[in-house]
Parts: sequence; C-alpha cells; structure tokens
Amino acid sequence: MSQKRQRAGFYFILPWLIGLCLFTALPMVAAVYISMTDWDIVGNAEFVGLGNYITLFQEEEFIRSLWVTVRYAVIAVPLIIATSLTIAVLVSKNHKGTGVFRVIYYMPAIVSGVAVAIVFKWILDPSYGLLNGILAFFRIQGPDWLYDPDWVLPSYLIMAVWGAGGGLLTYLAALKDIPEDLYGAAMIDGANTLQKVRYITVPLMTPIIFYNLVLGIIGAFRKFTDAYVLGGAGKEGNFYMVYLYEEAFGHYRMGYATALAWVLFVIILLLTFVVNWTKKYWVYSE
Amino acid sequence: MGRVRLVLWYIVVTLGAVIMLLPFAWMISTSFKAESEIFTVPIRWLPSRITLQNYVKALDVVPIFKCMLNTLIIAIPKIVGEVFVSALVAFGFARFDFKGRNTMFMIMLATMMLPYEVTMIPTFMVWSGLGFSDSYVPLVLPAFCGSASFIFFLRMYFETVPRDYEEAAWIDGARNLTVFRTVFLPLAKPALVTICLWSFMGTWNDLLGQLIYIDSQEKYTIQLALASFSSMTGETLWGPLMAASFMALIPVIALLLYAQKYFMEGVKMGGIKG
Repeated sequence: MSQKRQRAGFYFILPWLIGLCLFTALPMVAAVYISMTDWDIVGNAEFVGLGNYITLFQEEEFIRSLWVTVRYAVIAVPLIIATSLTIAVLVSKNHKGTGVFRVIYYMPAIVSGVAVAIVFKWILDPSYGLLNGILAFFRIQGPDWLYDPDWVLPSYLIMAVWGAGGGLLTYLAALKDIPEDLYGAAMIDGANTLQKVRYITVPLMTPIIFYNLVLGIIGAFRKFTDAYVLGGAGKEGNFYMVYLYEEAFGHYRMGYATALAWVLFVIILLLTFVVNWTKKYWVYSE
Repeated sequence: MGRVRLVLWYIVVTLGAVIMLLPFAWMISTSFKAESEIFTVPIRWLPSRITLQNYVKALDVVPIFKCMLNTLIIAIPKIVGEVFVSALVAFGFARFDFKGRNTMFMIMLATMMLPYEVTMIPTFMVWSGLGFSDSYVPLVLPAFCGSASFIFFLRMYFETVPRDYEEAAWIDGARNLTVFRTVFLPLAKPALVTICLWSFMGTWNDLLGQLIYIDSQEKYTIQLALASFSSMTGETLWGPLMAASFMALIPVIALLLYAQKYFMEGVKMGGIKG
C-alpha cells in the first residue's frame, strides 16, 4: 500500500485529534491554573498558589463528602459485583424464558436517571413508602431511611443492589467463554455445584471481575444523579460530586471546585494503581 | 439438570425479577391512585378506582412533552455527529498505518480514564466566555469530535472485517471515503445501531451536563424538568411525581423492548459511559 494512502489515515482521525486538543488537553492545562486561583466567574481570577488545596483539607464539608463517598464505595462496589455475578450465573443457563429474565435484570443499565431516583425516594418514604409497607406486613417497624442519618447509606446500597444487573452483560460474555468440558471433567471428579463455582467459574471470571472492579470504583466516586435527587439527612447523602457541583455552580467557587476535581482525579488514579498492583495475586491469567 | 433443581431455578429467578419490577409497578400503581389512597397505612397495592388526576396535575406543572422534545433537539444532532465521526476515526485507526498511530491510540485509551470532572469547569468557562451560556451548543458540538469509547468499540469491529472485502475496492481505484461508505459502513450496521442507542441513552439520562449548561425553564430537558419538579415537592405531590416519572420512562422502556438485541450487543462498552 502506498505511503500516500497511509497518510490519509491521519485525516480520518483528525476530528478526534481536534477534540483532544480543544476539549481535553487545553481544559486540562487551564484546570491546573484555575485550581490555583480564587475565581467566581464574574470577577478576575486571583492567583492563590496551592491555597485551594490547603483550604480543602480544612473544610469540614470536604472531609464529610469524601467520607460518605468512600464508605459507599467500599461497601457498594463488592456488593454490586457479587450481585451481578450471581445474576449472571443464574441467567447464563438456557431454559425457557431466560431471555426475558436477562432483559429484566439488565434494565437498570438503560432505565436510569432522575425518574428512577424519584421512584426510589417514594419507595423509601418512611410513612407511606413501599419498603416500610412491606416490612410492616412482617411486623417490622422500618427505619426512616433517607430521613435518618444512620440509614442514608443503607438506602443508597439498596438502590445500588437493585441496579447491579446493569453490569450483567460483561459477565455473561465471560461466562460463555468458559469451556464446557472443564465442568464435565469436574463432574467426573465428583464436584458439586458449589465446588464448580468456587474452583472453576470464579477463578476464570477474575479478569472480568477485575475490569468491573476498576469501573465500579470510578463509578462510585463519580456518583451524582441519584445523590443530587435523593439527598439524605445530616448531609449523609452529600457525595463528593454533589459537593463539587454545589461549590462550582451553587457558590461559584470555580478555583476551589477545580482543585476538588483534581483531588478526585488523583484519588481515582491512585486506587486504579493499587487495584492494578493487587492483580497478580488474584486475577487468573493463562 | 434435575426437575427439582429446574423448579428451584425458576423460583429464584422469578423472585429476582419480581424485585426488579416492583419499583415500576409501585410507580404505575401510585400514578393512578387518588390522593387519599396514596397516603394510607397499611399500603394499598392497587388503586380501587383508576384516576388520571395525577397526570393532569403533572402536565399542568411540568410541560413534559416539550421537555422531551428539548432532549431530542440535543440528542439527534449529537447522535449523528458522535456516531458518524466516531466511525470515521475508528476507520482511520483500523485501516491505515500512519506515523504515530499507536501512540495516538494509547492516548485515546488514556482519555477514557480521565474523569470528565477535571475538564468540566474550564470547558464551561470557555463556553460561557464565548457567549454560549444557557445554550444547547456546548452539549452538542463536542460530539462532532467523536467519542473515545465509541471509537474504541468500532475500531474493534472494523478490524474483524477481512482485508479481501476492501482490496477489490482499492484495486478499482476507489477513494478512501468511498471504501468507507460502501464497504465499512454497511458491514458495521449492527454496531452503528448499538452506538446510536447508547448515544441516545447517554443524552436522555444525563443530568450533570444539562444542569451546568441550561438555565432557563423553557429550555429544560426531561431530566432537568423532573429534577426541579422533585425538588419543589411537598409531601402531597407523590402522585403527580410518579405520573411524570412514568411518562419520562415510557420512551426508554419502549426502546429497550424494541431494540433489546442491539443493547445486548453493547457488551464491551456497557460500563464505560456512566
């Protein structure tokens, strides 16, 4: 193939390259500068050096929102992985109607956003909500959920577990790749279902679990929509991104909010590295 | 599998499905209840008499159909730009061996890890500096530079196309764009449909971006309208809120049922767009 033709490829990727410069590289450089200023959009930016980064570690709300987010991530991410893995194993069997069940479990990946958050707010209503209504049927006095600081986190976890099926497809694809004869061989050796899951399915699924772990951590730290709509008593629903949004577009502290964004970026990066480092201890590779 | 185990499987899977569908059932049931039946202890599963008053009230407070239309005004040009340009770029990455290709591809993968939040504020300030505050332009225009996750997905797809398919076209002296249009686009049709759907869903469910760039109520999208409706609520508004939520979800649920095959093909990118 001719040199000239090869060069044409460059023109094909040009739009992306322009986007990279305009919407990623330039804003990133600008973000470094903005994070070192005191800027409320209207006035001029006042250079404060690392001031914002020092301030944020002293702000109570920063610590609280980070703590809310970390606690959520630590519990929700493994919970979501375990739930979607279980669902995937269940619906990987080809019985009559499996297809219908797959679509139902997968629904939260498509059907999400503000509407679903509102529905959950209603379900979790302490007096007239569905959840406490069902609990009352079993003679259990349900908690005040989003209105009780201690129960805000569990409320978000309930939503997270409900939505876990959204990650179903990657697991299903990986399950399909496990060779059937492995299970056959295990059966001849007299393994029961639990042993098969423990010694064949889970080890062979570790690469995809790893992938979902990384994405899950990122997703948890970027949680916004649900938290913005639901809130929670005692500011326990003030997730990191909600805090960042409020600082930037509620209080117009652009410099400070950009510093918050960088801190988030560094946290995500560090966690990704840490998880990547643990890879060699538990992720199966051929 | 034994009979007992099969029955057990159906019980477990059905129970899970019921839990999944319960929130929607509760939403729909509430939306058709009279106020006196919404606030009852113990809860009432079904309305004793179906009423449309919640829908009337919801439409009275929020112009839901207009807001859906506003979302479409953003979504449609965005889909066209995002899908077409991503395909062009993916073609460039998949079929040409120009200088720096692999480096640039690595950079593109790296940008997928970069949280949108870091560039969010500077980008916002540039747009408002250019006079595009309270406008759809900042939400639509960047789509015409393609999307990293879509490019990644389409490149994988294009690389599976056998070289023979295009060789014939090259020999005939066809131009690059012609090969792209006559060979690659038609072959990638299922992948393109999948991406169109993901692009649409991304816009339909996006709250943060729209919250930042849109201010005036007549420009509100469906997500913004619902969010502001839910924040103005006193306790009594649960009926209209459920009616509004249901109306907002109908197009999405319909789309999922109609195009489930294509959604299920989006495996490789499911988690990326969050």
